[in-house]
Amino acid sequence: MEKKVGVYICTGCDIGESLDCDALSKVAASEYKVPVCKSHPFLCSGEGVALIKNDLAGEGVNAIVIAACSPRVNYDVFDFPNVFVERVNLREQGVWCHPANDEDTQMLAEDSLRMGIVKAQQAGLPEPFQAENLSRTVLVVGGGLAGITAAAESARAGYQAVLVEKKESLGGWAAGLKNVVGLRPPYTELEDLDLPGRIKEVEDNPRITVYKNAQIEKIAGAPGMFDVQIKQNDSVANERVGAIVLAAGAVAYDATKLDKLGFGKYANVITGEQLEAMAVQGAIKRPSDGKPVESVAFVLCAGSRDKEHLPYCSAICCTESLKQALYVKEQNPEAKVYIFYKDMRATGNYELLYQRVQKEGAIFFRGDVLGIGEVADSQLVISAEDVLVGEGIKTEPIDLVVLATGMVPATAIGEKLVIKAEDEKGAQEEAPADEIIRSNILNLEYRQGPEVPPLKYGFADSHFICFPYETRRTGIYAAGSVRAPMDIPTAIRDATGAALKAIQCVELTAAGSAVHPRVWDLSFPEFFMQRCTQCKRCTVECPFGAINEDEKFNPLPNPTRCRRCGTCMGSCPERIISFKNYSVPIIGGMLKAIEVPEEDEEKPRILVFACENDAYPALDMAGVNRLSISPWVRIIPVRCLGSLNLVWIADALSKGIDGILLLGCKHGDDYQCHFVKGSELANYRLSKISETLNRLALEADRVRMEQVSIMDYDRIPGIIEEFAGRLEEVGPNPYKGF
Amino acid sequence: MGNRSILVVGGGISGLTAAVEASEAGAEVFLVEKKPYLGGRVAQLNQYFPKLCPPNCGLEINFKRIKQNPKIRFFTMAEVAEVAGREGDFEVKVKVNPRYVNENCTACGKCAPACPVERPNDFNYGLDSTKAIYLPHLFAFPMKYAIDERVCLKNECGKCVEACPYNAIDLNMEPKTVTLQVGSLVWATGWNPYDAAKIAYYGFGRYPNVITNVIMERLAAPNGPTQGKILRPSDGKPVEKVAFVQCAGSRDENHLPYCSGVCCLASLKQATYIKEQNPDAQIYIFFIDIRALGKFEDFYAQVKELENIALVKGKAGDITEDPETKDLIVVAEDQVSLKVIKEKFDLVVLATGMAPATRDEKAPVDLVYDANGFIVSEQNTPGIYGAGCVGRPMDVAACVQDATAAALKAIQSTVGR
Repeated sequence: MEKKVGVYICTGCDIGESLDCDALSKVAASEYKVPVCKSHPFLCSGEGVALIKNDLAGEGVNAIVIAACSPRVNYDVFDFPNVFVERVNLREQGVWCHPANDEDTQMLAEDSLRMGIVKAQQAGLPEPFQAENLSRTVLVVGGGLAGITAAAESARAGYQAVLVEKKESLGGWAAGLKNVVGLRPPYTELEDLDLPGRIKEVEDNPRITVYKNAQIEKIAGAPGMFDVQIKQNDSVANERVGAIVLAAGAVAYDATKLDKLGFGKYANVITGEQLEAMAVQGAIKRPSDGKPVESVAFVLCAGSRDKEHLPYCSAICCTESLKQALYVKEQNPEAKVYIFYKDMRATGNYELLYQRVQKEGAIFFRGDVLGIGEVADSQLVISAEDVLVGEGIKTEPIDLVVLATGMVPATAIGEKLVIKAEDEKGAQEEAPADEIIRSNILNLEYRQGPEVPPLKYGFADSHFICFPYETRRTGIYAAGSVRAPMDIPTAIRDATGAALKAIQCVELTAAGSAVHPRVWDLSFPEFFMQRCTQCKRCTVECPFGAINEDEKFNPLPNPTRCRRCGTCMGSCPERIISFKNYSVPIIGGMLKAIEVPEEDEEKPRILVFACENDAYPALDMAGVNRLSISPWVRIIPVRCLGSLNLVWIADALSKGIDGILLLGCKHGDDYQCHFVKGSELANYRLSKISETLNRLALEADRVRMEQVSIMDYDRIPGIIEEFAGRLEEVGPNPYKGF
Repeated sequence: MGNRSILVVGGGISGLTAAVEASEAGAEVFLVEKKPYLGGRVAQLNQYFPKLCPPNCGLEINFKRIKQNPKIRFFTMAEVAEVAGREGDFEVKVKVNPRYVNENCTACGKCAPACPVERPNDFNYGLDSTKAIYLPHLFAFPMKYAIDERVCLKNECGKCVEACPYNAIDLNMEPKTVTLQVGSLVWATGWNPYDAAKIAYYGFGRYPNVITNVIMERLAAPNGPTQGKILRPSDGKPVEKVAFVQCAGSRDENHLPYCSGVCCLASLKQATYIKEQNPDAQIYIFFIDIRALGKFEDFYAQVKELENIALVKGKAGDITEDPETKDLIVVAEDQVSLKVIKEKFDLVVLATGMAPATRDEKAPVDLVYDANGFIVSEQNTPGIYGAGCVGRPMDVAACVQDATAAALKAIQSTVGR
């Protein structure tokens, strides 16, 4: 369809009083020959919108440029079905942070309009990717409490589920528990989890296929069309599924590593799991002679909160031990119970359980256990540093010592791999690659490794506070203790939430939409393969493992794994990767539309690439606060700094733009980038750019990256000012006027 | 087959999450929020622990998820008045209070300077003021002004109406009632800070330099009343020596018997706010236990290593004020040294706990609550689910998990079994 662009300039909200809007119209009409160009004093009013609608219907306009306020507001007002809408921010980033009726403000507004028109001319409306033979089935890996919950909850919402458990029965760690606590008021009683009932619901459910004694051999494909090979006994089953819940659980830390606590050496030193097993069987006895116990000591943080073992807190050991103290008291109210702890972490309503155990006469010692020794009759003596008493103490002989060992996620167990591109030249430094732990759980046929990239300590978490389910493998959602140490009520809720995310993924995939964080985005990257040089940058750099490779190193994109951040587009030296509405030529066209004054006019130009989620709103807020921003800047929002292609920098510099500033999110351990690696990769690419600058005989100082957050609106004007100052020292770009 | 829509009550992080997650899975969602903006209490936080990142970053994404989503309709300044019916077929009456500002508002800001009336700014816990017509806060979504009807002079004045170029102010706006047919409800009305004035011996409300943890968030926030500078309320001076008093109300049978779960980490986080501004500042944290679960242990370990931070195991006994300097004297027994500590501070931050909003304001429908006002979802009316801090005290990531789970339960109630 022929593009017919309409430009609509709003003169409200100080725009009309501050700018020469007739001159703006001339930019559209004369420079760009835009067939329809109108202005209105209140464009977001019913009348203003009617004006646009009229042109859409009557004039055949099919792409529009709204030169008015920020795209962050009036999104609903300027929404026209099947029409490309580009917003030019004349208000927040224009007249609200630049002086009125000023030559430089006018030039800025005209450049913004030029960029908007070029984008509207070049960008197309995305057409959704429609995959075939899509499945809406949810695969749940792991048949513990989290896994059976995820399967049951998916089925209750009407979805099919496939559950794979490596052991011969379902239930996992929870199957070994006599009772649980904390599910319901008064939160102080030993409760029944009804695990058999929960298992029965899963096993009897016609929507759920259960594979026990089974392992996943291989998962190929992508959301909506994962092909799963399940090995069960000696046969192999194949299932096609749409999304995956990873609920492989955790195992107890190996107590034999805790030699100073005497496990494995003294018969009456046992773990919490072993105590639980005795309680299930009916009586808590001394392993040495089978006599009922008269005194029990619980040693908390056995391995946890210990740099030598598990530096993290395992979160449930305090409350599990309090529960087990009740088992002992239930069996023999006269039995002595000692609890050695560092901090009693009975959060929320578990505090009420803690109070009950105190009232039942348990004796608490706060401090480190220094050692455990055996005395006559296989009894044990604990020596500890009691910080509350301020000195070393030694207990009287105790019948049984229970070590509250911590939890290790299943994803943490296995050989560590770093998947790298084999670089034939061997000279270039690699882009930062993910470490993968070969835990033999998912066995993904992914270029970037067989499992989800772990976080610190091997948890399959996302490290997002706001979006905790997002892993770095699209359509795979972790649940339960594989994600973080968690108690039973939390694991149940967590698995229910993960099931929802899996359902969401299959539904959005079927609609051709991206998943988080760009839901409703129908664009996807297209590869112009004739020009591919098999350099492997896109496959290595995709933060989500969306791109596989064939044996000749050609990229094999999987659009349903794609999060639409554009990192592949930024990585590609041949510029063969494009979205319909976001591409290297579109952004390149925008920056080329900027008018660069001659050197003697002393009007430098700074191009700012701003992350659209954080830096861009922060720039808006600078405007809302009427802060003053350097008139030399021209701002282009990007989906993520990861989509920054170095050719834009070369293009901008060869055009005479004096400096380029990249405003992106914090990277590193506490990353704030919503595409996890985007800003980190942009930073990596910048480290490579000095060569380009040298070739152009330009100073490396002309390109700078700053990490900013959405709250840095008061800092950003200073960052720009400082950069402008540095550019002044460096002097004008010698390419001006070429 | 019941009604396929879902009503989410409360637009804080739990309600927002339940609404966007359910709608992205295909459900039609109505979201009702009492305040004139979405985001709830997280919008008032400066940073999240342990990443020390700004809540507005995640809110920006969530608001974008609403903006681009044809399946969510939200009402601000609205409350649920009545719920009738049953799972799969509820009829809910929502009362929408007048904002006095209509959809014409462009947030151009011309009205506020014309307004002659000031009001205490509840967003900043009364530490500063706004005009009677005000933008709720810098990142407010929706970005529209509102009028505080308790102080506005209405038609006696009308200056804002004259100042508004866009005919966006209607001082005669009336409350209206909207009736919604939905299949299920998610109740996510959140929490309130426990009223620190009830802990008389800590002097909150009497001593200006005793503040609460939620007030500290506003003092540290760049969009707060002091533009992010942590200053003493009594004289506006920067702080050199600060005490955090943990379990101010929590773990106390006279106040909140449970542990509020987040205050330890909140205080550790706030200690970093102070250190960021003044690396030489001295900080004391008086605690019973430091409850930094899971990987939060790393954050605890990291803060503990900062210079001049004393973690004192022992509950603060009482606080007195030097009437001259307005400094505060905190008395506590250090359970390690067994000595009584008596130290003078510039500022005391009370780590007040979380009380569920349903403790004071019950839902207008039969629900089961525990003794402290938390909703017990498992035992509740089918089709109505609690999410977030109405169920138990929890941090932000836990609220998101919980709300995502509630979204699935709500969907299940709309599809039939």
